[in-house]
Amino acid sequence: MYQFNFGPVFENLDLLLHGAWLTVRLSFLAMILGLAVSLLGAVAKTSAIRPLRWLVDAYVEVIRNTPFLIQIFFIFFGLPAVGISMSPNTAALVALVINVGAYGTEIIRAGIESIPKGQIEAGRALGLSSVNIFRYVVVVPALRNIYPALTSQFIYLMLTSSVVSVISANDLASAGADLNARTFASFEIYLVLTVMYFLLALGFSALFGAIRRVFFTYPASR
Amino acid sequence: MIREFSSADVMFIVLAVRWTLILSAIAFAGGAVGGLLVALARTSASRALRRASAGFIQVFQGTPLLMQLFLVYFGLAVIGLPIDPLLAAAVALTLHASAYLGEIWRGSIEAVPPGQTEAATALALSYPHRMRHVVLPQAARIATAPTVGFLVQLIKGTSLASIIGFTELTRAGQIVNNATFKPFLVFGTVAALYFILCWPLSLMARRLEARMRLAVTR
Repeated sequence: MYQFNFGPVFENLDLLLHGAWLTVRLSFLAMILGLAVSLLGAVAKTSAIRPLRWLVDAYVEVIRNTPFLIQIFFIFFGLPAVGISMSPNTAALVALVINVGAYGTEIIRAGIESIPKGQIEAGRALGLSSVNIFRYVVVVPALRNIYPALTSQFIYLMLTSSVVSVISANDLASAGADLNARTFASFEIYLVLTVMYFLLALGFSALFGAIRRVFFTYPASR
Repeated sequence: MIREFSSADVMFIVLAVRWTLILSAIAFAGGAVGGLLVALARTSASRALRRASAGFIQVFQGTPLLMQLFLVYFGLAVIGLPIDPLLAAAVALTLHASAYLGEIWRGSIEAVPPGQTEAATALALSYPHRMRHVVLPQAARIATAPTVGFLVQLIKGTSLASIIGFTELTRAGQIVNNATFKPFLVFGTVAALYFILCWPLSLMARRLEARMRLAVTR
């Protein structure tokens, strides 16, 4: 009969909590930078320059059709062969940003396409500059439309970030792996890690819900 | 001893694709059975079943697949079974696929107009007949595109089985890289193979979705 031993887990809970904080920080950094990449990608996809559109298409398709684990191996182990070396933490962030940028590009492009042409024409008729049209008529309403898709992608990003532990980048999963190497209470450690990730996901989802209520409850209901 | 990246290494990596495919097939078949049960429970009249299946989905969609793999892997020892990477990966990916497919198929079942169920009930069809002959065939049409899309996610997910030591495509790449130290070439090849597996499915999912949208707006 298996003897459960949660002692090592609770004695080292501070290590795991610190790991959880690192995961939160890594996820938020990757989210913000990834959102910037996604916006650039979505704008580039509507560009008149055809090679630029092809380049963005290739980026999105390659990233979405290969596993994140291979992407991070390629960035961390493969790129030094062509002279681009990064520390594990930087490689982890770069890999996450590149990954979420591809999904985000598709989501934001769909959002921009969801804005009826007539609204942009109406903006033009009201004498708004093209920058203001893009900002007030396209981006904000588009963000409202894609907010649920974007935030669930971000939660998925936080869960995916556990994979960065394979290159020993610092996060919750590698804090657990370190603890496991010292104490061998494997099942107990991974059970607690799983619960912690679940709580993080619930926390993220509550936070995104709060942001939605503050910023995206537009007076005019659709 | 570091050796050259030879054609034998390429063959070793290409042949490892079969284990990725086998693992994906097991997880998809298991996930299809599990997912159907979850979807039926999610849309059932019993509140307890609805709650339990919603909890199941939330847990598996709210935790990393990597943690699920580790938990099942070490959990085998807890229930006294020998630790086997293939068994652990198959069980974890099946549960994972059951949750995701269950949620996709719940949406598809709910997208079938309620009038269909009402008409079938009025014709005195029992629940199994109603589901089998009226609701599920229509839900299946709606579900096809997102199901193919999930298959891509599942194939990519099998790469994580390499971390618990199952030799599929990713692990084969790591083994070859350890011997030849040509990471750019090796992981580039592995990435290309995943792309060849996944891209046609992605294109198919997109085409199915476009056709579905036409059918709905017509």
